Amino acid sequence: MIFGIPLQAFLGQLLIGLINGSFYALLSLGLAIIFGLLRVINFAHGAQYMLGAFMAWLLLSHFGIGYWPALILAPLLVGLIGAVVERTMLRRLYTLDPLYGLLFTFGLALTIEGTFRYLYGASGQPYATPALLMGGANLGFMFLPIYRGWVIVFSLVICLGTWLMIEKTKLGSYLRAATENPVLVQSFGINVPFLLTLTYGLGAALAAIAGVLAAPIYQVSPLMGSNIIIVVFAVVVVGGMGSIMGAIVTGYLLGIAEGLTKVFYPEASNIVIFVIMAIVLLLRPAGLFGRDA
Amino acid sequence: MKPLLKVAGLNAWYGESHVLHGVDMTVGEGEMVTLLGRNGVGKTTTLRAIMGIVRERRGEISFAGEDLIRVPLHRVAHRGLGFVPEERGIFSTLTVYENLLLPPAVAKGGMTIDEIFELFPNLHERRNSAGTKLSGGEQQMLAIARILRTGVRMMLLDEPTEGLAPVIVQRIGEVLKKLKERGMTVLLVEQNFRFASKVADRFYLMDHGRVAGEFPVSELSGRMDMLHDVLGV
Repeated sequence: MIFGIPLQAFLGQLLIGLINGSFYALLSLGLAIIFGLLRVINFAHGAQYMLGAFMAWLLLSHFGIGYWPALILAPLLVGLIGAVVERTMLRRLYTLDPLYGLLFTFGLALTIEGTFRYLYGASGQPYATPALLMGGANLGFMFLPIYRGWVIVFSLVICLGTWLMIEKTKLGSYLRAATENPVLVQSFGINVPFLLTLTYGLGAALAAIAGVLAAPIYQVSPLMGSNIIIVVFAVVVVGGMGSIMGAIVTGYLLGIAEGLTKVFYPEASNIVIFVIMAIVLLLRPAGLFGRDA
Repeated sequence: MKPLLKVAGLNAWYGESHVLHGVDMTVGEGEMVTLLGRNGVGKTTTLRAIMGIVRERRGEISFAGEDLIRVPLHRVAHRGLGFVPEERGIFSTLTVYENLLLPPAVAKGGMTIDEIFELFPNLHERRNSAGTKLSGGEQQMLAIARILRTGVRMMLLDEPTEGLAPVIVQRIGEVLKKLKERGMTVLLVEQNFRFASKVADRFYLMDHGRVAGEFPVSELSGRMDMLHDVLGV
């Protein structure tokens, strides 16, 4: 027993919180990277997450390509689509008011989701857990479905890997510098327009990774993205726009906060993230990890 | 001396505002030329238009015989032109060392990291600090040093002494003399013409977005009164 709650229920919700947090972290990480460099609030992020899940499902149902190849192929495809969208459309909006980028990506999200709804209906498609990750492990104090453990571990690896790439590599130093002063970086002879394309593609690919990971847990449905993206935007607001580590840490923390609220006060679990967002906005408008503008 | 940079009839705009009204100048290979002029006469804009940061421009900018007007900004450095902005442009999310390595080498013959650290020992001591934790003078050294590493033939240097203590200004003067010995071509914007007189070969005086006069360093002392008048110093 912990605070009058059975340990099993507590740990169960903690696990669910960690899993939700894994998705929040992956998605808000991509949003933060895109916003940092492109100054675009990517409303199509939920649609790109959904596309990732659908790519996995389509690869399996049409070509018999399973989970493991899909975990690489789907993000590559969605990243490529993202790069093409940036190159042909989004790029034209950089010189305009940032609102145009938001409206464009919002319209893009509606178009993608509407198309998939038309083609596949609003109900979800099941996607089987890969055989390797079936079943569960009895940890003594609780039963852990292996796939969910995998989601937590893999999302952590991707988040930390992305963070290391940005903080410790040459390419990352280009990204950080271009986030601060793109014109000067370009005057050094670095192809910043290409960097922007790459970044949007990377952000979309991260969303797609989250989508493939989600496919066996939630059903693959055209609306799965719009369901999660509003929460993810709240996570980004709490963490602070443009802070990479902030987005990751806040994603996991808020997932856990949501899970624990389900234990202690279930009625509030759907709104707890938004309540935290409101408090953070009141006390620290730049977000927990945000640099003051 | 054959001109490395030739600017002719250069006009430039910031949106609606027409800033340069036909700038003409040449800078010879290995020469150090200084633009003098009051605030707001278009000195910085001239550098930014040559570099291609100001894109709304018309006229001729030829560098080593090639017209730069149609070259995209991220290809200009590869032609051998480096830019040190007035605000220095040191990146706060990069360490001193990362700042130093940021601009890609565009040609052989740039300084090695060891040579740079020998010339600027402070940068070596503080190589792991965040770039903007450096003092103003150190940031200026870093802004110059990172261009030296790239192997460019010519450097556009915007007010390197602005807001710096006299001892640092002197140090920057020494660095510029060393660069000159190495054959670096420099176009310098400077308000402090006493400083400029120690390093420059030739001066252009700018006014109202065009070149109003030109003279070699040997004529500087004879023109002091006129310069005091025009520059208001």
